Amino acid sequence: MIRPHRSHPLWTAYLLHRLSGLGLALFLPVHFYVLSFALNQPERLDAFLRFSDDPLVKIAEFGLVFLLAVHVFGGLRLLALEFLPWSPRQKTLAASAVAGAFLVAGAFFLQAV
Amino acid sequence: MTADSNGLHVDVWRGSGTEGSFERFLVPMQESQTILDVVAWIQQYADPTLSYRYACRVGMCGSCAMMVNGVPRWTCRTHIKKVIKDNVLTIAPLRNLPVIKDLAADMDPFFDRWVAAGGVHHPTRDRNDAVEQISPATPERIEADAGIECINCSVCYAACDTVANNVDFLGPAALQRAWTLYLDPKDADPGAILDAVSGRGGCHNCHSQGSCTLHCPNGLNPMKAIAGLKRETVSSFFRGGR
Amino acid sequence: MLDLRLYMAQRLSAMVMIPLTLGHIAVMIYAIQDGLSAAEILGRTRGSVLWFVFYGLFVLAVSLHAAIGLRVIVHETLGLKGRALDIFMWLAGLLLLVTGLRAVLAVTL
Repeated sequence: MIRPHRSHPLWTAYLLHRLSGLGLALFLPVHFYVLSFALNQPERLDAFLRFSDDPLVKIAEFGLVFLLAVHVFGGLRLLALEFLPWSPRQKTLAASAVAGAFLVAGAFFLQAV
Repeated sequence: MTADSNGLHVDVWRGSGTEGSFERFLVPMQESQTILDVVAWIQQYADPTLSYRYACRVGMCGSCAMMVNGVPRWTCRTHIKKVIKDNVLTIAPLRNLPVIKDLAADMDPFFDRWVAAGGVHHPTRDRNDAVEQISPATPERIEADAGIECINCSVCYAACDTVANNVDFLGPAALQRAWTLYLDPKDADPGAILDAVSGRGGCHNCHSQGSCTLHCPNGLNPMKAIAGLKRETVSSFFRGGR
Repeated sequence: MLDLRLYMAQRLSAMVMIPLTLGHIAVMIYAIQDGLSAAEILGRTRGSVLWFVFYGLFVLAVSLHAAIGLRVIVHETLGLKGRALDIFMWLAGLLLLVTGLRAVLAVTL
């Protein structure tokens, strides 16, 4: 499915940055909506937080933390690429961003279970 | 289809404008054969109506680039051994450009963007002045010297997905050209170049996918050049420039 | 489709959010231990000027950043352009800003 001219690490890093950004942008209104229950329906917020004890929801949360972390670390790489002196190690930096995001999301998951 | 041990099965794009389809040719294999050799053999021995473009045959003129197995390449310096899979080759006109006929792409949109990106020289002197002495050792000159090795082959333009998805985008080659002129002390109006690359289709639309740099046959780095333009436009913005 | 001003807004909001996001992730890892409850979350955030400023700034930056990011995606994948693209960007940003500020007020007031 990935066309031949795209099959290289930095294009994959671009795809990951775009998909994680899109995923976060779609998640945020839901996140905000649930939090605003605290204003006048605290029992609904608690019900929602109990729902998040479900192991499947925990895995979904791991996914969300990964999206956030990979977007931040990937974004840091892009800011460095654009504003710091050029580094020829872009592939290594992109791989490090993914590895760092896995570490962070893994740490979150281990605390959550 | 089983491949003949001495023959290549070559799917070649035939058609003009948006119409067309692949046509298969059986081409004899030879020692040290390039993609351009394959296309030339088809035109000379199988179908003289096949249209394609080339000139120098040695990787200097930038006129023979085509899509080879889905990847943009300079065909005169791409050996078939490097790209062949199961004795089958697919050759198509460059991506992101209109097709004139068969393998000949219309390069006008590509070169229009060179002008739009500020890729014209703004002179500081006229013919009555002495030639300006430029030190080849400054970091700016070394950086520009890399960029001016561009042969205008449009491989980067064909490789870029931002070009494909954003009709206004100036593309890697034009922006790299603008970067070399911006770095040139002989250019009288670097601000005009920053203006030209800061519009709706300017350098800020680049997503640093890096396909331009990966596929450039001359090993140039348009992604780095575009990052340089981004940095300079931002610092000009903070300096209260234009 | 992205000019210098939109690019600057995109990059500056990103820079603002880097420490905020890392802080948010740290708080999440800390708070998720032993489960979450509304009382626990609100006990930390209610009446706190610090959290109000932290998440208020976060919501402002993310509304800007996500609206411009969505503008790029919608233009490049759906081909929306011109005035319609501008309206889409503003609506996306306003939706995030309004729901986001409402959430910040809900947990800090």
